[in-house]
Amino acid sequence: MKIRDLIPGPIARQPWRIIVPLTALVFFGAAVLYSAAGGSFRPWALSHLLRYFVFLGMALVLSTVRRDQVKLIAYPLYGVVLFLLLLVEAMGKISGGSQRWLNLGFMTLQPSELMKPIIVLVFARFYDDLPPSMTASWKMLFPALGLLALPAGLVILQPDLGTGMAICFGALMVIFLAGLPTGWFVTGAAAAALAAPLAFFFALHDYQRQRVFVFLDPAKDPLGTGYHILQSSIAIGSGGMFGKGFLNGSQSHLAYLPESHTDFAFATMAEEWGLLGGFFVLLVFGLILRWGMNTARRAPDRFSQLLAAGMTSTIFFYAAINLSMVMGLAPVVGIPLPFVSHGGSSMMTTMICIGMIMGVERWSKRGGRALS
Amino acid sequence: MLKALRERFSQTTGKHITSGQLANSFDRRAMLIGAVQGGLGLILAGRMTWIAVFENSKYTMLSESNRVNLSLIPPRRGLILDRFGHTLASNRTEYRVDLIPERMIDADATVTQLGNLLSFSPVELQDLRDKIEKTRGSQPVEVKSGLSTDQFAAVSVRLPDMPGVIPQHGFKRDYPTGPAVAHLIGYVGPASAKDYEMDKNPLLVTPGYKIGKDGLEKHFETTLRGEPGARRTEVTASGRVVRDLSMREDIPGKPIVLTIDGGLQDFAARRIGLESAAVTVIDCVTGGILALVSMPAFDPNAFAGGIGRLQWKMLNEDDHIPLLNKALRGLYPPGSTMKPMASLALQIADVSPEERINCPGGYQSGNRYFRCDAVHGLMNMRQAIERSCNTYFWTMAHRVGYDAIAPVARQLGLGQQFDLPGAAQRYGTVPDAAWKMRHYKQAWTVADSLNASIGQGYVSVSPLQLAVMTSRIASGRNLLPSLMHGQAAASAAALPFTADQLRVAHDGMFNVVNGSGTATASKLQLGDIRMAGKTGTAQVRALVARGGGGDWKSRDHSLFVCYAPTEAPRYAMSVVVEHGTFGARAAAPIAKDVMTYLFDPGKAWDSLLAMEKNWGGTPSQRMDARYKAYVAQYGTTAPKVGDDEAVKTAISTAENVSAQVENPSAVVTTVRPEEPVQGATPARSSASAPSPSPAPAPAIAPQ
Repeated sequence: MKIRDLIPGPIARQPWRIIVPLTALVFFGAAVLYSAAGGSFRPWALSHLLRYFVFLGMALVLSTVRRDQVKLIAYPLYGVVLFLLLLVEAMGKISGGSQRWLNLGFMTLQPSELMKPIIVLVFARFYDDLPPSMTASWKMLFPALGLLALPAGLVILQPDLGTGMAICFGALMVIFLAGLPTGWFVTGAAAAALAAPLAFFFALHDYQRQRVFVFLDPAKDPLGTGYHILQSSIAIGSGGMFGKGFLNGSQSHLAYLPESHTDFAFATMAEEWGLLGGFFVLLVFGLILRWGMNTARRAPDRFSQLLAAGMTSTIFFYAAINLSMVMGLAPVVGIPLPFVSHGGSSMMTTMICIGMIMGVERWSKRGGRALS
Repeated sequence: MLKALRERFSQTTGKHITSGQLANSFDRRAMLIGAVQGGLGLILAGRMTWIAVFENSKYTMLSESNRVNLSLIPPRRGLILDRFGHTLASNRTEYRVDLIPERMIDADATVTQLGNLLSFSPVELQDLRDKIEKTRGSQPVEVKSGLSTDQFAAVSVRLPDMPGVIPQHGFKRDYPTGPAVAHLIGYVGPASAKDYEMDKNPLLVTPGYKIGKDGLEKHFETTLRGEPGARRTEVTASGRVVRDLSMREDIPGKPIVLTIDGGLQDFAARRIGLESAAVTVIDCVTGGILALVSMPAFDPNAFAGGIGRLQWKMLNEDDHIPLLNKALRGLYPPGSTMKPMASLALQIADVSPEERINCPGGYQSGNRYFRCDAVHGLMNMRQAIERSCNTYFWTMAHRVGYDAIAPVARQLGLGQQFDLPGAAQRYGTVPDAAWKMRHYKQAWTVADSLNASIGQGYVSVSPLQLAVMTSRIASGRNLLPSLMHGQAAASAAALPFTADQLRVAHDGMFNVVNGSGTATASKLQLGDIRMAGKTGTAQVRALVARGGGGDWKSRDHSLFVCYAPTEAPRYAMSVVVEHGTFGARAAAPIAKDVMTYLFDPGKAWDSLLAMEKNWGGTPSQRMDARYKAYVAQYGTTAPKVGDDEAVKTAISTAENVSAQVENPSAVVTTVRPEEPVQGATPARSSASAPSPSPAPAPAIAPQ
């Protein structure tokens, strides 16, 4: 291990196993955005890279925060973000539109985005506090569901179904991993299956319902909502094995592909890089998720475990929904692909998740040393 | 606090869970989640492989059909040329904007924006909306043609906001003489939904493509059409062309060459001036038609992009019936223009041209007295033509019977239909006993013979037939009128008249103009080139006022037939001026000027240009002025235009019903006098038994 010895300690201690593939994916994403802009670093590719490095720095800083401090700020953070959610809701009511962000001057902040990692954090804290003997108590479901229902309800009312689902998904993953009885989940799934048709017809907005219809039969409306799905499939399908070549994607360059730099960035990529590029993206996500889950399993305590697994699940949710949508396996929901799509909020959210997992990794190393 | 909770719940749950169990459960469930994540990853990889590899060809094709836009280039339409190779219909390059309503996303916004860019008036905007409403499927609509480069650029740069709008640089059918050739050549227009249903040629729905809708444009559609070119372009989703990929030139349609003399056609049309008239000129050597004019007419240039409400209202409200091709489809009693023909028929029936009949100012038949328009005294055949003496022809027709005259009338072309391309002709009536029995179940009477012999009663003919009759009398040969240059019959057979018999008719007609006849005022002022002719004044309805009085619709039709030069006839002509009063007053001066044009165009133009100053300019200028007046008066309140078919039908069925005599009880003695000639004593015309001609009615039902 001569080489390792040559590298200064602080650098060698960084989690390179995740930083390297992640950076590769972000650079690949920047190349896609460069092409989507018609061969230009502006307006997307450059800011994509800049944001990544800023948020990577932030994640590394975040990973140095001690576990006790993280635990300590879980509930206060939750309270602050919940307040911000109420604030945008109130401001939206006043301005008469559905505004989902706060203008901080230097950037716009979507509190609902922040809620995605925070909900995981707060649930990890909650189940860490809960005595093991009470995990199977149905009465303890109420405070948990209350913690979830407040933010999720506010976000869904915005209405932002995609983010609302992401928040619920993160929370449910933590609940599941916390060891609640399997029967509850089976019962819950059954209830959801029953409630889904009712919710579909009575709770969803018209445009949301329409998206589901079109997802089931994109050909029904090739110029309207089905257009997105169809054009995305055309972009991926026409890319073939090796793609049309960098800067040669006609679907994105001629504007047939909608949102080619955000939600449908994967389609933009697949058109030019083909199946090969798609496998690369899937592989990197596989590495990230495996790293996240492994970190969770090796974590020294229950809080760290739940935190790392929940954060991983949130990243998974982004990627899975976006990729399914782009390939026509899910209805069109406005969820970007982490590290590839252009967008500050989602980059921030996912990098917070990464930072937290890095933190857990760090705690387990320290804890491991302490044990040995 | 937690301790209390723990104790309380551990009792109620009954099952004690340890942190060790939870750690185990976490491991198991994390494995499960990892497996699910991996599984979904495999599903996504599989799905992508399926799309990108197995469905690759399908999506590649779709991607190409997105990217590449194959557009047809409308072929340049074949030219229509006159006998000298001058264009009667050509193609002019222009900038134009079309619209495919099907592709519009926000129709109202698009139309409004286009209207602003092209500075449309409310009337134009309304017409555009009408056209959009009428289209079906992917049919394009012409927004505007003849754009300036600035307007074209303004529309082009805003294309991304206006899907469905197609600006292009193309060709427009151009008729340099406008209304003058409207009825002869017809017009072109965008293919209607019905046209497309019959012929599923994608060319028909190509923006900017026009098909022949009427006249020769319609008749020679396949000749004139040509082969479309094609252009492959790379386009963005909003339809903006990024670059041309490849291009195939169009093959222009074949030209057709007419016997028409374009200058003559234009001159005659303009010389008609404010009248409603038809002028037909036939080449006495070949039978080729040199001019076939019906005025007023519509402007075929304005029809090409579809007709607006106000234009339609204007055309329908005009009592001069601009939609009627009067030369082929107008029917008129020929009146005294029949007399030269009758003189030939009488000679065939062994009447000596030298025999004299006394005209005491009328003719007694049974208990009825038919009044001539003057006391002509002793008349032989030549004089009877010259002075247009009805008494002579009544006497002779009574003697030989009308059945001896009708076959000659038919032989000379009256009541006949000719093999001409374009609009369907109406062939009118040359009546006889059998015809009357068939139509009215009544026997032929002497009064019928007398009326028919002077071209009244049941007789109705078209201006074309009159011109053919004149050309046959002038040449003595069975000339067949033709429109297609270079396909005239080798030499027409001689008619069964002797030179002497023809000379009687020729002499009579010579004297009408050059002797002391009814049209001496219209003598040609061309030295020794002289014209022979015959006036006619055809009754329209009851003689309320003679000649010029009364409202326009009840005035007599004015007719004149002529040929020149008299020694070796070269040109034969008929002029029919609807409600023009006496033949010598309205028709003969037009004929004189048109004939003058054939020998000395400069002189003819000089006199015409002077006249046009008083008429308010050329026909096109007058139509423009009238359209502006309509815009000012009615704005956007005019009713909608019928669909394309209705317009076509209106044109092809326009008729002048006023000329038809429908009432069987035509025991009429009203006689149209020629304009009183100095020296003749006018006889009082009998108004005792008014003609039962039906009142004229508008030929076109308003839409």
